[in-house]
Amino acid sequence: MRTQSTQAAIDEGELVLTLTVGGQPCGVPVLQVRDVLGAQGITPIPLAPPEIEGAMNLRGRIVTAVDLRRRLGLPSRDATAKPMSIVVEQGGELYSMLADAVGEVVPLLAADRQPNPPTLDPAWREVSRGVHRRDGQLLILLDVERLLAIGGGR
Amino acid sequence: MDDLIADFLAETHEGLAALDVALVRLEKAPQDGPTLSEIFRVIHTIKGTCGFLGLPRLESVAHAAENVLGRYRDGSLKVTPDGITLILQALDRIKLIVAGLEEKGTEPAGDDAALIAALDAAFAGEAPAPAASAPEEIEAEAPAEPAAEALAAPAAEGGAAAPPQSIRVSVDVLEDLMMLVSELVLTRNQLLQVARARGDQAFSVPLQRLSHITSDLQDGVMKTRMQPIGNAWAKLPRLVRDLARELGKKIELEMRGADTELDRQVLELIKDPLTHMVRNSADHGLESTEERRRAGKPETGRVTLNAYHEGGHILIEIADDGKGLNTARIREKAVAQGLATETEVAAMSDREIHRFIFRAGFSTAAAVTAVSGRGVGMDVVKTNVERIGGTIDVASAAGRGTTFIIKIPLTLAIVSALVVEVAQERFAIPQIGVLELVRVGGATGAQVERIKDAPVLRLRDRLLPLVSLGRVLGLEEEAPAADIGFVVVTQVGPATFGIIVDRVHDTEEIVVKPVPPILRHIGVFSGNTILGDGSVIMILDPNGIARATGVAAEGASARAAEGVAAGMRSAGRTALLLFRAGDATPKAVPLGLVARLDDLPVDRIEFSGGAAVVQYRGALMPLVPMGGAGLSAEAEVRGRQTVLVFSEGERSLGLMVDAILDVVEERLEIKGGTDRAGFLGSAVVAGKVTDVIDTAWWLRQAGGDWFRANETVAAKRLLVVEDSAFFRELVVPSLAAAGYEVVAVGQPAEALALREQGAEFDAIVSDIEMPGMDGFALARALREGGSWAALPLIALSGRSDPPALARAREAGFTDFVAKYDRDALAASLAACLAMPVAAG
Repeated sequence: MRTQSTQAAIDEGELVLTLTVGGQPCGVPVLQVRDVLGAQGITPIPLAPPEIEGAMNLRGRIVTAVDLRRRLGLPSRDATAKPMSIVVEQGGELYSMLADAVGEVVPLLAADRQPNPPTLDPAWREVSRGVHRRDGQLLILLDVERLLAIGGGR
Repeated sequence: MDDLIADFLAETHEGLAALDVALVRLEKAPQDGPTLSEIFRVIHTIKGTCGFLGLPRLESVAHAAENVLGRYRDGSLKVTPDGITLILQALDRIKLIVAGLEEKGTEPAGDDAALIAALDAAFAGEAPAPAASAPEEIEAEAPAEPAAEALAAPAAEGGAAAPPQSIRVSVDVLEDLMMLVSELVLTRNQLLQVARARGDQAFSVPLQRLSHITSDLQDGVMKTRMQPIGNAWAKLPRLVRDLARELGKKIELEMRGADTELDRQVLELIKDPLTHMVRNSADHGLESTEERRRAGKPETGRVTLNAYHEGGHILIEIADDGKGLNTARIREKAVAQGLATETEVAAMSDREIHRFIFRAGFSTAAAVTAVSGRGVGMDVVKTNVERIGGTIDVASAAGRGTTFIIKIPLTLAIVSALVVEVAQERFAIPQIGVLELVRVGGATGAQVERIKDAPVLRLRDRLLPLVSLGRVLGLEEEAPAADIGFVVVTQVGPATFGIIVDRVHDTEEIVVKPVPPILRHIGVFSGNTILGDGSVIMILDPNGIARATGVAAEGASARAAEGVAAGMRSAGRTALLLFRAGDATPKAVPLGLVARLDDLPVDRIEFSGGAAVVQYRGALMPLVPMGGAGLSAEAEVRGRQTVLVFSEGERSLGLMVDAILDVVEERLEIKGGTDRAGFLGSAVVAGKVTDVIDTAWWLRQAGGDWFRANETVAAKRLLVVEDSAFFRELVVPSLAAAGYEVVAVGQPAEALALREQGAEFDAIVSDIEMPGMDGFALARALREGGSWAALPLIALSGRSDPPALARAREAGFTDFVAKYDRDALAASLAACLAMPVAAG
């Protein structure tokens, strides 16, 4: 549901849900997010690409979970750390992106967006739509479609 | 009522209802182009269909109205309220006739001349419609009224029954319903599980009702999704007709089983492949009229579509009686495209070569049309069929035509599945492919054996290839030493294999959901689902597992399918164990003769007096070297010796070979005998020249009288009637070894000739399937009278199912023994020969 204020925000830039992966602040467009969930029971899928953590049940629908750490070539998180699930829909399928932590929803102005710095790690560059400076840190705006371009879908 | 008419009525009702509204709209806005077009289209459709169905009255009214509407549409005639009234009258008349049609199945009698005249007048531009048509209208109404009344009355009486024979429902509504039912099924499963866990009695009765109702609802909704396959064929007659004209061929399209019902989703997915294949058959499969004439075939080529149910699957055959696939060209092309090497191709059967047309990359349209005359996009067809869990195969005979066989599951949505566990993970296997479950390992279960490293299970005298699910899925590195668990015996096409799992849980109704695109490249899953306990589980695809492991290799399944397609069940087929010993030529022995395969550590093999022996179950088993003397060269390297074990009563003998190659099922035709001792001759097995070993000869090598120890059998005389030289060679020595005096003949006529000559025997052993006079006929001939009328008569057959047994008894056979079961034959002979003695 797009209220007028969010519509305005989109016109100016984007409402973004912030999250952290391996200490790096990131953002995904909030309009693409369907759900944010805590730790879930995930069924591993043998033979799947390593980035795919498994499949989980979200109110009767099957959601494929993608571990953002592995997707971005980062070391695995501690066994005790419980990842957060950010559920997005793509091509009629639901995917859950597993992040270390989920922050808040913030508007990011398109005008403030900087192109990817040339030194950005290639794994990140592949999925980054640009960077924003926020609270003294760089926030990478993630491209969900490219994040999910894994395995057979690549 | 005629189906066509019923369809027409349903469609016309819909159109007419829309027309009323549209005409009224038109009256308000006479220049509304789209509305006019819409009205014109509906009337035009009605007219067209009437002509086709032979409804002259309806057609003439619709035609006259269409003419007027046509001028309105062109703008050459101004839309006037009077004109609209006239059209509405025509509509009323159409409704009237339709009502009559609905009731009686034929057009009611009546005269429409006045109405048509009025319409024609309006069409002719006698636009003074108000003046001129007003009186005519009255005239027109006059004859219409009584008819209307006469028809309206019965229509009202029977009204409740007549119209709602079918209603149209949007596919989306059905899909939504299906989805809701799927969710309901899942919730029901969940509830049942909770109730079971709590053991609460109070819930059990209403829950059971809920469960039943859910199942019924599920069935009902599934039925709404079923459509006759004829719907997908509807366009084909026209397509074939056009093609025939374009290509200058005479083609007849025959469609059988058009009312076979299929899930809508499945139907949608196979529609295009089917069309494609029919076009292929008509275009490339059939020869030109001229060629057909030269080949002495009827000028009219025939393309046959046939759909039927078979065991939870639908089979669709697309056959033509054309020239067949060009094997040589496909072979060339396959080599040229690097799909196979010359040597590989040389070793392949025609059928394996034909299957190249399904390979991706073999199908750039121009290349294949020019080369093989077949196969445009066959790989796409195959992919589509496999996507819905189906299989496709081809059978072709040069000059006689080509048949494609598509096998697809009945429905995609809800299936019954077996939940299995391996490495603490659960998976679902659709029940439809599961033949049986076998417990293996432990104290009581069957044992998993190994050929080389490949696990096999000896199941009712057949070696069943096994795959370890844990290894296929990469969950286990090595199968655990103690193979304890279950084997899910699965059928994929004509091939059967077993899947080793750790545990078997329940069966559950599952709702198949497709896997997301990013997992689709993993061939072994056909979908995923949510179980009653809410957990997500992957659904295994036995087809995919077979492909991934090569356990049902394309070639093997094609070879087996060949027999099925040609209507020849495995009567003449023999399971053969292929192995290597000595030289490079593969050797074969009927699997039924081999009791066991062993892989012995070399240090357990002892030599006593120059002969190798091994201690086995407290006895000494002699080992005979097959290739050269002593241990095989490979055994020296590997430290283990592969041994084929043959057993006879208490005794066993091991044949030392280099390596086990394969187990195949083939029709065995021994070509060219050989003078080499120990070999019956050579045969082409799995596309390679193979030496067939003379088992009896090798057994004798273990010691002159090794198999003659059993002297209790007096020298009884046996007559063996067997057309296959191979089995004569096989059966005769083994019977001779068991102490009988054996005479063998190749056909029943020879046996009868021996009877005429006054030969005497104690028993007769005869094959069933023989060319010309078969075993049954022989039995009847013998029982009719003559000196052999009372002799024990034992049938040997590849088949040993109850009907065959009953037929054998009826024909006069005393007993019936499976062809390769030596023990059973010996026992049967002993029993048969003992009887008269006991009686005397």
